[in-house]
Amino acid sequence: MKIIIIGGGVVGCAIARQLSRYEADITLLEGGVDVAEGASKANSAIVHAGFDAKPGTMKAKLNVDGAKMYPRLCQEVGAPYGQPGAMVLAFLPEERATIETLYQQGIENGVEELRIIERDEILQLEPNTNPNVQCALLVPTSGLTSPYELTYALADHAAVNGVTFIMNAFVSQVRKEDGRFVLETTKGEMQADLIVNCAGIGSGELHNQLSDRKVKLIPRKGEYYLLDHVQPLLFTRTMFQCPSKMGKGVLVSPTLHGNTILGPSAEDVEDASDVATTAQALAMVNERSRMTWPGLNLRNVITTFAGIRAHEENGDFIIGAVEGCPGAYETVGVESPGLSAAPAIAELLVGQIASENQLSEKMEWKPAPVRNKPFYAMTLEERVEAVKENADYGAIVCRCEQVTEAEIRAAIRRPVGATTIDGVKRRTRAGMGRCQGGFCSPRVLEILAEELGIDPTQVTKGGGNSQLLVSTIAQAMGKGDA
Amino acid sequence: MLSNELKQQVQYVDVLVIGAGPAGMAAAIAAREAGVENLLVLEREEHMGGILRQCIHNGFGLHRFKEELTGPEYAQRDIDKVQELGIEVRCGTTVLSVDEHRFVTAISKEKGVQLFEAGAVVLAMGCRERPRGALGTPGSRCAGVYSAGTAQKFVNLEGYMPGKRVVILGSGDIGLIMARRMTLQGAKVLACVEIMPYSGGLNRNIVQCLEDYDIPLLLSHTVVDIEGKDRLSGITIAEVDEKRNPIPGTEQHFDCDTLLLSVGLIPENELTQQAGVELSPATQGAVVDDNLQTSKEGIFACGNVLHVHDLVDFVSAESFRAGKAAAAYVQGKKRQGRFVEMKDGNGVRGVVPQRLMIPEGETEPVQVMFRPAAVYENATVVLTAGGKEIMRQRKRIFTPGEMAELTLKPEAIRQIESDTVTVDILA
Repeated sequence: MKIIIIGGGVVGCAIARQLSRYEADITLLEGGVDVAEGASKANSAIVHAGFDAKPGTMKAKLNVDGAKMYPRLCQEVGAPYGQPGAMVLAFLPEERATIETLYQQGIENGVEELRIIERDEILQLEPNTNPNVQCALLVPTSGLTSPYELTYALADHAAVNGVTFIMNAFVSQVRKEDGRFVLETTKGEMQADLIVNCAGIGSGELHNQLSDRKVKLIPRKGEYYLLDHVQPLLFTRTMFQCPSKMGKGVLVSPTLHGNTILGPSAEDVEDASDVATTAQALAMVNERSRMTWPGLNLRNVITTFAGIRAHEENGDFIIGAVEGCPGAYETVGVESPGLSAAPAIAELLVGQIASENQLSEKMEWKPAPVRNKPFYAMTLEERVEAVKENADYGAIVCRCEQVTEAEIRAAIRRPVGATTIDGVKRRTRAGMGRCQGGFCSPRVLEILAEELGIDPTQVTKGGGNSQLLVSTIAQAMGKGDA
Repeated sequence: MLSNELKQQVQYVDVLVIGAGPAGMAAAIAAREAGVENLLVLEREEHMGGILRQCIHNGFGLHRFKEELTGPEYAQRDIDKVQELGIEVRCGTTVLSVDEHRFVTAISKEKGVQLFEAGAVVLAMGCRERPRGALGTPGSRCAGVYSAGTAQKFVNLEGYMPGKRVVILGSGDIGLIMARRMTLQGAKVLACVEIMPYSGGLNRNIVQCLEDYDIPLLLSHTVVDIEGKDRLSGITIAEVDEKRNPIPGTEQHFDCDTLLLSVGLIPENELTQQAGVELSPATQGAVVDDNLQTSKEGIFACGNVLHVHDLVDFVSAESFRAGKAAAAYVQGKKRQGRFVEMKDGNGVRGVVPQRLMIPEGETEPVQVMFRPAAVYENATVVLTAGGKEIMRQRKRIFTPGEMAELTLKPEAIRQIESDTVTVDILA
C-alpha cells in the first residue's frame, strides 16, 4: 500500500514515525526545503499540561494525552524535554475567577498537581515576577521541548524505518481517480492509495478539495522576542498571563537552552506565508511581557521571529478520516496546543488508519539513531574522548554556542539532514547565539557546499531563492562565467 | 575536579595570550621582549592576524609605523616579529574556558583538548558585530541581511559577492569601508543610513568611502521594514525624532537585495565573564587599572576585547603595555601604591583605565582613553580630583566616532589626593 503524508511539521513527522511501524510504502511530501519549516519551528516550545482547553474537546484530550507521552517519546527519539512547570498569573481582582476556572478545567481534563498559589509564594518561587501579582495557578507538569529538534528526531526515526522524505514538494491539488489519490505537486504528479493531510495552515485547502463539508482556517500570526541565555535563569518556569479569546496571552518562558522567550502576539492575517515581524506586534509583546516581568531589558534580545497558527473557525482540532472520502485522513486546525498534542494525534490517527486498512506491524521496527550529546553540554572528560575519536570536534565553528565542525557535518549527514544554513542552525545551534551567525555563517556555508557537493553560490539560508552569495567576485566584475 | 589522568596533562605557561590578532601579537611580543620565555599564544582561526586579514584597504599604521599600510601588511609586521622571536602560537585552537585561577582549557583538531595553568593570562579576543536581532528591526528574516564584517569576509577572503544592490545601516567604519568595497566590485550602494545625527565612523572614511563615490549618508534615519520572501527585495527607511523613534510620513523605499549592518561592535567577553572578571557597562569590556590588569589578579585585557578602538595603532600600543605588565607580574615585580577610581563625567563614556595606581616610587605617564558621548566643538576635557583640576586639554572636535586619548603626566598624577578622578568635557 502506497501512503503519502502531506506536510513535514511536527504532526506529519510524528505520524510518519508512528506509521513506519507498519508494512507500507510511505512517502512524506514537504512543501518547504526541510521539515519543521512552518509553525513547528516558530512557536513557544511549551508542552502544555492541558488546563487551558475546554473539557470534552479534541484539544483537551489530545493535549493531556500527548503531554504525558512526551518524556518517553523524547528519550526514545533523542529530543530535548524538560518539565520546569508553569504559572498562570492574575494581576486584577477579577482575574482570580479565571484562575479558578482554569483550575477546575485542568482537574476535569485530568491535569495533575495543580494548585492555586498566592502572591508571597509566587514571588518566592519566581522573584522576577511583577510584585503586583495577586494569585496564580501553579502547574508543575508543564513541560518544554525544542519543537524543531523534536521534529527532526521524529523524521530521522521515520526515515531509518523506511519512510521516504521529499522536500520542496508542495501539494497544490489532490483528487481521487479510480480509487487512487492523485496529487499535483511542485515535484510532479504523484499517486497514493492512502493519504494523510498534515499540511498545517494548508490543510484546510486540501480538506476542501476532498470533502463537501468545508472548513475555514484563519492564519493567525504570533510574534516573539528571543533573549540571550543567561545564568541564572530569569524565570525558571513558563509564566503565562490569563488567557483571552485570541489565545493563551503573552508568556515569558525559559527555553531548554537557557534563553528567554517572550510572546506571542495574536493577529489574524491574510497571507499564510507572511512571517515578517512588525513594529506594532513586537511593541505589544514588549509591553505585555513587562506586566509579568517589570525588569525586562530588550538589550539582551538576540532575535525576533513570527509563526503562523492554523486557527480553525470552530476552534478545535479536526482529526480522523475525511468524511465521504475513504482512504483520506487528516489533521486540520492544529494550532496550540498542537505541539503538545502531536504524539497523541499520531497515536490516535495511526491507530485508526492501521485498523481501518488492516496494516500489519513490521517484524522489526528499528530504534531511533543515537544522538550524540552536543559539545556544549559535554564534560571536559567527554570532550577529551570526543575529539580523540573525531578530530573535527576540535574545530569550534560557532563560537557563541560552541558548535563544532563534527556536529555540523553530522547534522548534514543525518537521515533527514540539513541542506541549508537555517537547517544546520536549528539542528546544531550554530548561528543561534548572540552574534547570530556573523562569524560562523561563512564557514557553515563552506561545509554545506562541501558536504552537499554544490557550489557555494547555490547554498541557501532557508531554501527557495534564499542564496547567500550572488556570484564570485570575478563574475561580478564581468570576468568569469556567469 | 580534574581526574588524575587529566591533571597530568596540565601544562604550565608563564604568560598565556588568548588571541593572535593585533592585540594578542603585540602583547606576546612585549612579554617576550621583557624576558618571558615560557609564553604561548592561542588563536582560534587558522592564521594569525585577526580581523586585519580581511581589512585589505589601506590606512593602517600611520601612527605606529608612520606609513600607510593595508590590514594584512600591518599584521604581517607583527607576524614576522612573533616568528623572529620564536614565540609559540597555536592556531586553530579555541579556548573553551578560563577561570579566576588562570586555569585554561582549549581545543584544536591536532592536539585535542589542552589544559593550561598560566602565571598570567592576557585576554585579547577582540570584538564582534552587533547583529540585526539586537536592533529588533521588524520585517522578514530573509537572506541578504549581513553584518558588514561578514560581508567583508565573503568578499575579501572568500572571493564571493553577497549582493548587487546594497543599503548600509549604520555608519560604523566597517560599513563605510564596505560601501566603497562593494562599489569597487561592481555593486550599487544606494545609501548609508545612520540613526544618530552624526556618523559612527571616522571622518576620513566618510570622505573616502561615501563622498568620493556619491553615496548619500542619511543621518537621523533608520530601517523600519525589511521585505523579501526568500531573499531581500527591499527595505523601508524613515527619519527619526530626537528619541530615535521613526517619524510617520517620512518613509522611503529602496529596492535592494542586500542590507549590510554596521551598527556597533561589542567586546567579546564570554571568557572574561567566565573568569569572574568585573565588566564595565560603559565599555562592555573588563574594568582595568593603568597596567591593564582586570579585577582578577594576573588576568590582563587589551585591544578590542577591552574597549572598541578605531585605530589598530592604538590597539597595538595598549597591548604592548598589557604584555609588558603581564611579564612584570609573573616576574614578581609587584607595584606598591594606592588605587583611585577614574570616573566618566559630563559628555564622557567609558574611560579606560577605570582604576589608576598612584605608585609609591617613580610615576610613569598613563594613557587615558574614552569616547565622547556626543559631538562637541572647540571643547575642553578636564580631569578633576577631589575638586582640584589636575589636567585640561583643548580640542577642536570631540565626536563619538573617534576615541579621545590623552596622556596623564606624572606631575598630574602626583597631584591626586582624592579617591576618584572625574573626566569631563566642558563645551
